[in-house]
Amino acid sequence: MTLPARILPARILPALILTALLLPIGAGLWQTALAAMGHLPAIGARGPDLAPLRALAATPGIGRAVWLSLFTGAAATALSFALALASAMAITRRGHGGRLLAPLLAMPHAALAIGLAFVMAPSGWIARAIAPVVGWDRPPDIASIGDPFGLSLIAGLTVKEFPFLLLMMMGACAQIPLQRHLRAGRALGASEGRLWLALILPQIWPLMRLPVLVVLAYSMSVVDVALILGPSNPPTLAVLLTRDYADPDLSRLLAGSAGSLVQLALVGAAAGLLLLTQRVAASLGGAWVMRGAPAPGAGPVMAGLRWTATAATLAGFAAMAALAMWSVAWRWPFPDLLPQDPSFRIWARSLDGWTTPLWNTLLLAGGSTAIALIAAIAWLECETRTGRRAPWAEAAIFVPLLLPQIGFLYGVNTAALQAGLAPGLWLIVWGHVIFVFPYVMIALSDPWRAMDPQHLRVASALGAGPWRRLLAMRLPVMLRPILTAAAIGIAVSVAQYLPTLFLGAGRIPSLTTEAVTLAASSDRRVTGVVATMQAALPLLGFLIAFVIPAYLHRNRRGLRGA
Amino acid sequence: MLELNDLAVTLPDGTHLFDPLSLRVPKGCVTTVMGPSGVGKSTLLDAIGGQLAPGFGMAGRIVLDGRDVTRERPEKRNIGIIFQKSALFPHLSVGQNLGFGMPRRHRDRRSRIEAALTDAGLAGMADRDPATLSGGQTARAALMRGLLAEPAAILLDEPFSALDATLRDEIRGFTFAHLRNAGIPALMVTHDDQDARAAGGPVVALNAKGRP
Repeated sequence: MTLPARILPARILPALILTALLLPIGAGLWQTALAAMGHLPAIGARGPDLAPLRALAATPGIGRAVWLSLFTGAAATALSFALALASAMAITRRGHGGRLLAPLLAMPHAALAIGLAFVMAPSGWIARAIAPVVGWDRPPDIASIGDPFGLSLIAGLTVKEFPFLLLMMMGACAQIPLQRHLRAGRALGASEGRLWLALILPQIWPLMRLPVLVVLAYSMSVVDVALILGPSNPPTLAVLLTRDYADPDLSRLLAGSAGSLVQLALVGAAAGLLLLTQRVAASLGGAWVMRGAPAPGAGPVMAGLRWTATAATLAGFAAMAALAMWSVAWRWPFPDLLPQDPSFRIWARSLDGWTTPLWNTLLLAGGSTAIALIAAIAWLECETRTGRRAPWAEAAIFVPLLLPQIGFLYGVNTAALQAGLAPGLWLIVWGHVIFVFPYVMIALSDPWRAMDPQHLRVASALGAGPWRRLLAMRLPVMLRPILTAAAIGIAVSVAQYLPTLFLGAGRIPSLTTEAVTLAASSDRRVTGVVATMQAALPLLGFLIAFVIPAYLHRNRRGLRGA
Repeated sequence: MLELNDLAVTLPDGTHLFDPLSLRVPKGCVTTVMGPSGVGKSTLLDAIGGQLAPGFGMAGRIVLDGRDVTRERPEKRNIGIIFQKSALFPHLSVGQNLGFGMPRRHRDRRSRIEAALTDAGLAGMADRDPATLSGGQTARAALMRGLLAEPAAILLDEPFSALDATLRDEIRGFTFAHLRNAGIPALMVTHDDQDARAAGGPVVALNAKGRP
């Protein structure tokens, strides 16, 4: 029987967690809106007026920046989705595969972008590989990264985002009777491509909508990847705004804030367009299926996409290798494929440069992951104890992932200062938790809800109270998913760029901020050192998350492969 | 002695699952409740054990050795339960499983566990991974785990239906002998006549709620 006094904390805890996550976003949006209307007392601006909007409109290249954001974001999302779909088809047919993508999933965006730059640049690996054939003895004069159309940015985003969408898609496919539908469809003589377009895609789309929107919002507003691989003059809107926020001329803060509202509107419009497309596709799709779902050329297109996915995966691995290679290169003249006399001299030499960022990164990742994990466990345990779920609250968790970071993060900084909170390590930790928590929840909630409730009932019949059930049953049985969720949390935190930059007021360098700064410099070797470390941390996290349960559960067959 | 007085369970929509049930199970007796599937046999046990899913309502009283436990939390009721799939906790060794519910006042935990294991034909298996036990071994270990918790009553939810036929007789005999020896009132729900006959106690029919 429910005893309200005991249940009450379990009812309000999720609301508290949600408040801690969404309050900063709300305050950040509010402050951004105020500044966009010319009101920012900290720099003596008292609005409201339209000056910031006018200043923004007068910014050189603003129109093209907006267009670039829309184009690169939409193209990267569409391409990632297409590659994920083609890969899901191939994996389903073969019955295995996709495991190779795990390192790409773990890799921070910035490190991957830097590695890809090392591969695709005029003096990069690809150019070195074809140099003997075409007779180059110096790097060719072509804009293979940072091209004005953002094509290299699209490529970089796709390499990182298609494995994420594929992971989500395989999860979605597991929710439907996939093989039965495919078998039935094949028996009716439909080709694989038609089956997926007409039969499988409509079924998994409801489960893919949120991940696709997350990828869309992210790709349209990403800063670190766009700084490394994107066009520079003009850059994408988010990069333009980051420059505004860092401008010594403080009035640019106002123009930047106005731009943040534009960025929010842009992402909102693109998301709206996507949902509208979905509606149209759904209504046209019915008629298309009635006509027999003709899909001429679907086979070759899918094959092409599959090859592209393979190429993207290879590019990702080449990027990882290139980072490590540059970090140990003492001399690496063009067009050699490998560095001369590799050594760790650069690591030792740049020691002073990377120890502080490394510690900061570890502190931020450890702190934010620990907090997010405890919050997620608390959230799910409340669900277990009350036996109730709150769908609206579960949806609200994902709000931080659907908003462009550039749209509100500077406002969070302003709001924190107004509330008397100094920017610094703990404020960044809070900022990271906002983005780590949703992913930890994604990773933990399914295994949590899937745990056999009978174990818990037997435990309580044996006299174990709620706390003993949690500590002696639930958590040990779920050690593996908990550690996996922690590793995902660490990967998400290590990858954060803008929250670290803005909430630390630029004074707390992490491996990510350092790597992005270094990427603009000329010394690839030091960049390679920092980016290698940034890429290695999440991998190390996943390794630990694999090794600990494997060791502790070596004699527990019932927990293996769970 | 386990007593149920006019126990009734209502679904979230307010409908009653079965006619109010009253019965008394004396110590050492296994009472069987039988009824068609869907009548709410498992739900009855949930109500007695205090583990009704949220939304379910309950009326009537549950009295255990003169103590009204109707509003008690499940872990305070001292009512054990044996499920159809008597899974052992996967993260603990067989011995740790048996010790999980043992009252804390006992100092000689290890020897009690060993004795129970020997009794169940599992001598020397305390450190084994529960996943390596056979179906029959698991069923016996689960019963021992339930008995070592020294419950004041024990509930059996289709306890033998997951076992294959050759094993069923053996585990049945083992279970009922131990329940009788322990002198614990036991309430079993089943749809299998043979279970009821082997239990040797009174049989109560659970009727779907009569239409008014």
